[in-house]
Amino acid sequence: MSDTNEPLVRFVDVQKSYDGVTLVVKKFNLDMQKGEFLTMLGPSGSGKTTCLMMLAGFEPATHGEIFLQGQPINNVPPHKRGIGMVFQNYALFPHMTVAENLAFPLQVRNMSKSDTEDRVNKALDMVQLGEFGGRRPAQLSGGQQQRVAVARALVFDPDVVLMDEPLGALDKNLREQMQYEIKHIHENLGITVLYVTHDQSEALTMSNRIAVFDDGVVQQLAPPSTLYEKPENAFVAQFIGENNVLSGNVISIDGDSCHVDVGNNRSVHALKVNVNNVGDTSTLSIRPERVVLNPGSEYNNVFEGKVEELIYLGDHIRTRMVVCDDSDFIVKVPNSGELGQLREGDTVKVGWKMEDCRALD
Amino acid sequence: MSDAPLVTVDGTPLKVSLGRAKRKAKIRALLLVAPLFLFILLTFFIPIMSMLLRSVDNENVAYTLPNTADLLAEWDVDSGDLPDEAVFAALAADFKAATVSKEDDINATKVGTRFNYEKSGFRSMFRKTNKIFEKGGVEPPYKEAFIKINKRWGDADYWRVMQREMRGKTDSYYLAAVDSGYTDDGERAMNKPGKRIYLKLYGRTLGISLLITCICLLLAYPVAYLLSILKSRTSNLLMILVLLPFWTSLLVRTSAWIALLQKEGVINSVLVSIGVIDDANRLLMIHNATGTIIAMVHVLLPFMILPLYSVMKTIPPSYMRAARSLGATPFTAFTKVYMPNTVPGIGAGAILVFILAIGYYITPALVGGQSGTLISNEIARHLETSLNWGLAAALGALLLVAVFALYLVYDKIVGIDNMKLG
Ligand SMILES: Nc1ncnc2c1ncn2[C@@H]1O[C@H](COP(=O)(O)OP(=O)(O)OP(=O)(O)O)[C@@H](O)[C@H]1O
Ligand SMILES: [Mg+2]
Repeated sequence: MSDTNEPLVRFVDVQKSYDGVTLVVKKFNLDMQKGEFLTMLGPSGSGKTTCLMMLAGFEPATHGEIFLQGQPINNVPPHKRGIGMVFQNYALFPHMTVAENLAFPLQVRNMSKSDTEDRVNKALDMVQLGEFGGRRPAQLSGGQQQRVAVARALVFDPDVVLMDEPLGALDKNLREQMQYEIKHIHENLGITVLYVTHDQSEALTMSNRIAVFDDGVVQQLAPPSTLYEKPENAFVAQFIGENNVLSGNVISIDGDSCHVDVGNNRSVHALKVNVNNVGDTSTLSIRPERVVLNPGSEYNNVFEGKVEELIYLGDHIRTRMVVCDDSDFIVKVPNSGELGQLREGDTVKVGWKMEDCRALD
Repeated sequence: MSDAPLVTVDGTPLKVSLGRAKRKAKIRALLLVAPLFLFILLTFFIPIMSMLLRSVDNENVAYTLPNTADLLAEWDVDSGDLPDEAVFAALAADFKAATVSKEDDINATKVGTRFNYEKSGFRSMFRKTNKIFEKGGVEPPYKEAFIKINKRWGDADYWRVMQREMRGKTDSYYLAAVDSGYTDDGERAMNKPGKRIYLKLYGRTLGISLLITCICLLLAYPVAYLLSILKSRTSNLLMILVLLPFWTSLLVRTSAWIALLQKEGVINSVLVSIGVIDDANRLLMIHNATGTIIAMVHVLLPFMILPLYSVMKTIPPSYMRAARSLGATPFTAFTKVYMPNTVPGIGAGAILVFILAIGYYITPALVGGQSGTLISNEIARHLETSLNWGLAAALGALLLVAVFALYLVYDKIVGIDNMKLG
């Protein structure tokens, strides 16, 4: 609070091993600002939960320090950390009513009865469960339980709220609704949230910044748009959104751009992101919506594509083609009534700009 | 929607059709439980009922002495006189008939034994009289003849007991089971303080069972907790160890305790040899209440561990973590969150152990000695040695009532639906 530049949560070179043989978290560094909504996104088993558990104090870090408001907390027991947590299975106490569940963190802090009641009611109203205070968790639907879990994690004004795949058990519609609700609560209360999910659209919808996790390492930490527009490596490009991949060798480097040979003497002009030397292998990443048919002269890369499959999706037609020997090359063709012109087996020209094609590792 | 009852496509009312469909399922369910039901009915329920009936049954007396029973009913006990000659004549006729009867149930000596429970002296009185009748009987006047055989026939107190116990049902077994009986004046009263045994024994049985239950709970809770948090491979191994006692005979285990705990046993010898106690003051740990408690805790511990374990297994570790993250100290998290969730297991284990302990027989018989025997041992003694089955049945029935009462109390406090056996 005193120093506004001080990150609220700080991981410094944190490592974690459960068995002494493999590192589950390899070298984790993260600064989280107050009020931020930061999401850890990554495939299953990449160590996201482990990082949360270390921050919450349920798992000791094997190496490295974790700071909360500038204080090292490695030796602070969980109940003194003041971190709210929403568990994937909600972990609502089944023997207490909803109101008792919400009152629990206040009671253990010896808050007076009337204050407790006030806060509990306010929290229930916040998640629109005003009349449900007297019910047992088992008498609530999944979405309602989820809201109670969120309210309980917030009711004692924690510095940080951790959420570990809180929406994982909900169906798609409810999940989307809850995403907005959690986001609104975050915006209205100005709380700091560290969120875990392996659903990328969830991460893109909710977060200020996303840390893409893989193999115990943060691959890229950036706001959603940067992550999508400017992935720094092949894993991030693949993991976030849809992506066309061409691979080849770098044949020349020219300032910010480079040329990559993708076979049969076809050279692609691409943005140099992650390649350093001529001769390196490189993965080129091109978003499907940046590829156009019958490109004009401003397009640096123009190749022939053979249409393999057309999938009608209403606003656009998803077209699978063979481009530069890649038979999974996807192009999203806007539905402007030209449908009749494209048929399976046709050969057309496709093109993309140098800036939209990123040469990654 | 019309008010007409709903019908199926072919016109049968929906309710009838549903009933038919359900009946089939019901019959199948009934057939599935039928063998077990019959087995339990024949081997458990009927014997127990007949045993319970014995606790009030007194038919045999009037069956053996029918004429006496009829006439004696009209005798006025409080007149102070003996019954008149007609009663004695009837008695003579009954004795005569009994000596020639081939029926097992007609046996004057047995009736004497029965009366002897009420007042000592009856047994010898009946046996002697029976012998006389076997040799040919007596001549009238019968009153003098009987008194000549045994002068107790001239004692109105004995006739009072006979009149009372001629009735088909008796409460005297239950009175005896609560250390009471009839005085010579025919009033119900507690026995003299020195002759009260059963109430004390019930008290001891309940007390020791309660203590065993508490010790079992204290020992089992941490073990069950450990089992529930370990990886399944380790916990399976430990579970086998928990169940190991079931693999050896109860007798072997109890004998092992004798070998360990007796005065010259392993524990005492070790304590003496390392100088904790001296040779003259060896600990008395067996053939008393201590022995009963130690051995029975060992026998019953698995019955506490198993339900606790099965309940704890279903409590996700995230409950405790959630409580901690909400600011609860480990202790608060345990008492406010973890423990309440194990109550069904505690209830199931406690009631299981308690009910088993209250009726336990072999272990206290082997290691209980004087101060460690329980009511069940007394019941067994009456069944096997003293052959007073009526009293055994009454003692057993009271035990059953006590268990039911406790069950109701438990239901009130914990709620029986709240119990989880596995
Ligand atoms: N208590 C534990 N003991 C041993 N290994 C563990 C333990 N918890 C997690 N691991 C291992 O650590 C790795 C990372 O687990 P973690 O739970 O952090 O993954 P995650 O990113 O949360 O995955 P998910 O998206 O499936 O929840 C996994 O390989 C897992 O097997
Ligand atoms: Mg996880």
